[in-house]
Amino acid sequence: MDRFVFLTVDGLSRGAVYAAFALALVLIWRAARVVNFAQGAMAVAAAYVAYTVSAATGSYWLGFVVAIVAGLLLGALVDRVVMRHVDHASPLNPVIVALGLVLLIQAVLGMVYGSEFRPAEAPFSRSALTVGGVAVLSPYDLFVFATIGVVVSALAWMFARTPVGLRMRAAAFAPEVSRLLGVNVGGMLTLGWALASGVGALAAMLVLPTELGLHPHAMDLVFVSAFTAAVVGGLDSPPGAVVGGLVVGLLLSYVSGYAGSDLTPLAVLVLLLAVLLVRPGGLFAPVAARRV
Amino acid sequence: MSATRAALPPTHQLDDPGGRPVDRRRGSTLLRHLAVVLAAGLLLVALSYAVEPFRNFQLATVAAYLCATAGLTVLTGLNGQLSLGHGALMATGAYTVALCQTAFADRGMTGGWLLPLSLGAAILSTVAVGAVVGVAAARLRGPYLAGVTLAVAVVVPALAVTFDGVFNGEQGLSVPVEPPPLSLGPYFPYERWQLWVTGAATLLALLLLANLIRSRYGRTFRAVRDDEVAARLAGIHVARTQVLAFVVSAATAGLGGALLAVLAQSVSPGAFSLTLSLFLLMAVVIGGLGRLTGALWGAVLLVALPDLTHSVTEMLTLSPALAQRLEGNLPLAIFGLTLIVVMIAAPGGVQGLLSRLGRALLARRPTRRS
Amino acid sequence: MSGTDLLVVRGLVAGYGAAPVLRAIDLTVPAGTIAAVVGANGAGKTTLLRALSGMIRPAAGQVLLAGEDLRGTPVEQLVRRGMAHVPDGRGVISELTVDENLRLGGLWRRDRADAGRALDEVYQLFEPLARRRRHLGHQLSGGERQMLALGRALVGRPRLLLLDEPSLGLAPRVVARTMALLRQLRDRTGLTVLLVEQNVRSALAVADQGVVMSLGRVVIAAPAVQLRDDVDLRHAYLGF
Repeated sequence: MDRFVFLTVDGLSRGAVYAAFALALVLIWRAARVVNFAQGAMAVAAAYVAYTVSAATGSYWLGFVVAIVAGLLLGALVDRVVMRHVDHASPLNPVIVALGLVLLIQAVLGMVYGSEFRPAEAPFSRSALTVGGVAVLSPYDLFVFATIGVVVSALAWMFARTPVGLRMRAAAFAPEVSRLLGVNVGGMLTLGWALASGVGALAAMLVLPTELGLHPHAMDLVFVSAFTAAVVGGLDSPPGAVVGGLVVGLLLSYVSGYAGSDLTPLAVLVLLLAVLLVRPGGLFAPVAARRV
Repeated sequence: MSATRAALPPTHQLDDPGGRPVDRRRGSTLLRHLAVVLAAGLLLVALSYAVEPFRNFQLATVAAYLCATAGLTVLTGLNGQLSLGHGALMATGAYTVALCQTAFADRGMTGGWLLPLSLGAAILSTVAVGAVVGVAAARLRGPYLAGVTLAVAVVVPALAVTFDGVFNGEQGLSVPVEPPPLSLGPYFPYERWQLWVTGAATLLALLLLANLIRSRYGRTFRAVRDDEVAARLAGIHVARTQVLAFVVSAATAGLGGALLAVLAQSVSPGAFSLTLSLFLLMAVVIGGLGRLTGALWGAVLLVALPDLTHSVTEMLTLSPALAQRLEGNLPLAIFGLTLIVVMIAAPGGVQGLLSRLGRALLARRPTRRS
Repeated sequence: MSGTDLLVVRGLVAGYGAAPVLRAIDLTVPAGTIAAVVGANGAGKTTLLRALSGMIRPAAGQVLLAGEDLRGTPVEQLVRRGMAHVPDGRGVISELTVDENLRLGGLWRRDRADAGRALDEVYQLFEPLARRRRHLGHQLSGGERQMLALGRALVGRPRLLLLDEPSLGLAPRVVARTMALLRQLRDRTGLTVLLVEQNVRSALAVADQGVVMSLGRVVIAAPAVQLRDDVDLRHAYLGF
């Protein structure tokens, strides 16, 4: 029972990070109809920037803020310099370009920082507090929950309640009509990329201390898990991404705790295939996605 | 005017939907492909005597990669399915060959027929894995398919660690390979023998692929890629076509992986990482999607570019640590950048540029006359 | 006369790809009037509107709005110059609510207070919309979508309204109401309307000026009354 509680809390904590990362994927998918396969690499790049800043200044928090800013800028840059110029006629093209970005970013990181693991620092203790003799929750878990909670609520509020959120949704749903109504559709797209990449950077900052550390490939498996989370929730649904993230986090935690951590990658693959084959539109889709 | 029009290349050949004319043409197509393959084989044999052993080994590696890139270009270029998982399929072939060869060696079996048998087993096991992935893939589109195959690429190499009793974890397995047959003489260079073996296997695979592309199946591949609904209305079984394309592509990827394992005489999960899958995709995109000649360019690039950066880093005097970082990553960076630039500037790839150039030259001649 | 011309088009050439759909269009719409562009299918009517609002880039020619050349103005800036384009199919964003659709029409405005007033006016003008504020676009009927699209354009208080086939797929009574509304807006607020219509009778009934297009050219531009009454013209170009 104790173990179950521990695994559940741990799973929800990891799941919160997957949820944020999946949300970032959904943001770009809704805005640009692109699954940003480079998001993991971009997030790692931002985390490396944070590492450099923290190492130079000795301040974790300065690095944390810089990582998010770097994520925002990198997202805008990728949209303006690369994605904007890709012919979207075939859905393969943006995917292939994103993969090119993965190679490029990881290689540049490898050249600058080398391929060894760098320690990723956690700002709070990761040892769990005990409540009534049961190890429940570490301060770091609390930090993760709070941060993700704030970010997700802020995004939800922005999209639902603010003019810029309305513009972004309109630009995503109907770009031509939105332009006729005075919406700067290109600008909204760049903003969407920046936001998504910023959220991705935040997720990387939160997840890296719980993994082996900083490495150019550190987010590869996280990306696959987050993609699975986004697919579980349905690529078009931000609430679905959050729920999907928590589901994937719990599943991985239970598999790792009860069956062995070696099996977690396989569990992700099985879940992804199962969801796609049974409900291709995700668990929250009203109807099955495209069946031609 | 009429001269200009006559000189324009036939950009779109009319594909007869079955019937006599196609059958008549197919005979000559097969012969033509056979002739090309025989010529290429003779050229390879000549080359294998002309160049030093290391180049022989490199050519053999190109041949092994070519197997995989040719299969991938059929899948992605002709059938429109993106696979990021071909590295994992290559790993399947490589590990099968390693297990088979080890089993033969443990039982003390020898003979020239054992290696082809292992390669056949590698193809079969990859076909089985490819069929499973292909059945799933046929139900998926665009980013979903890319995501699933990406997951395959990330997860499958990790299985070697999960089941390390069989696959021996990160260490991997060794692949015992017999020396060249004695009939070739006692001093026959091993690398030349390697080139002969991989070259023969690859040319055979290419011959089959080339004929498949020109056949009824090749046309259904393209029809499904261009418009699924139209293909369905024309009586094509879309899902079956997609699974077939995936299986064919998996078979060649498995063969390619098996050949690589035979060349390296070892397999380990590190050699079949996600990066390899991305490399393969990059190779076919840069070479030119959907063209076997493009797959050749891509395979050459896969071998030549790391070699080139190696020479460059050796020329510069760098600290050993920095040199090591650059050597491992510079080719990756160049690949990534090239991939992006090619997709934006020249979606036809190298082969597309070459044929556009050729067409421009052909078209110019008669216009100048008139 | 030219001082009061809100829209002046000179030698406009535009199309998709190599072949131009519009071949040298000349057109003048005085301020505070309704001009109806009519003509057979494929005459280039919709293309004309798309070229005017910059959704396709003209190959040649000039478009002047209140004397200002619009060349090179990005589409999203045109609404700030006073031009509103209601596209065919009406372009209601079906994933957004009625209220969001309407607010979107005034988001670009600096004068937030007046944007709010304009929104209230539209709700008064189209009562059914006020009752369905929270409904999503795809839950509306064809007539309600029509109101929403028109209302959304009006929230921006345009000087020139480009309307593409407002009668498409609507019941005759709804069409009549829309046409009456256009006339009312012209009389009350001085709105200028360029209306593209298949429904020639109702378009000419409300318009001040009739413009007949054929194969990418303007063949007749005359007072609407004259077009309505000239039997030969009607037979030759309009088929009724």
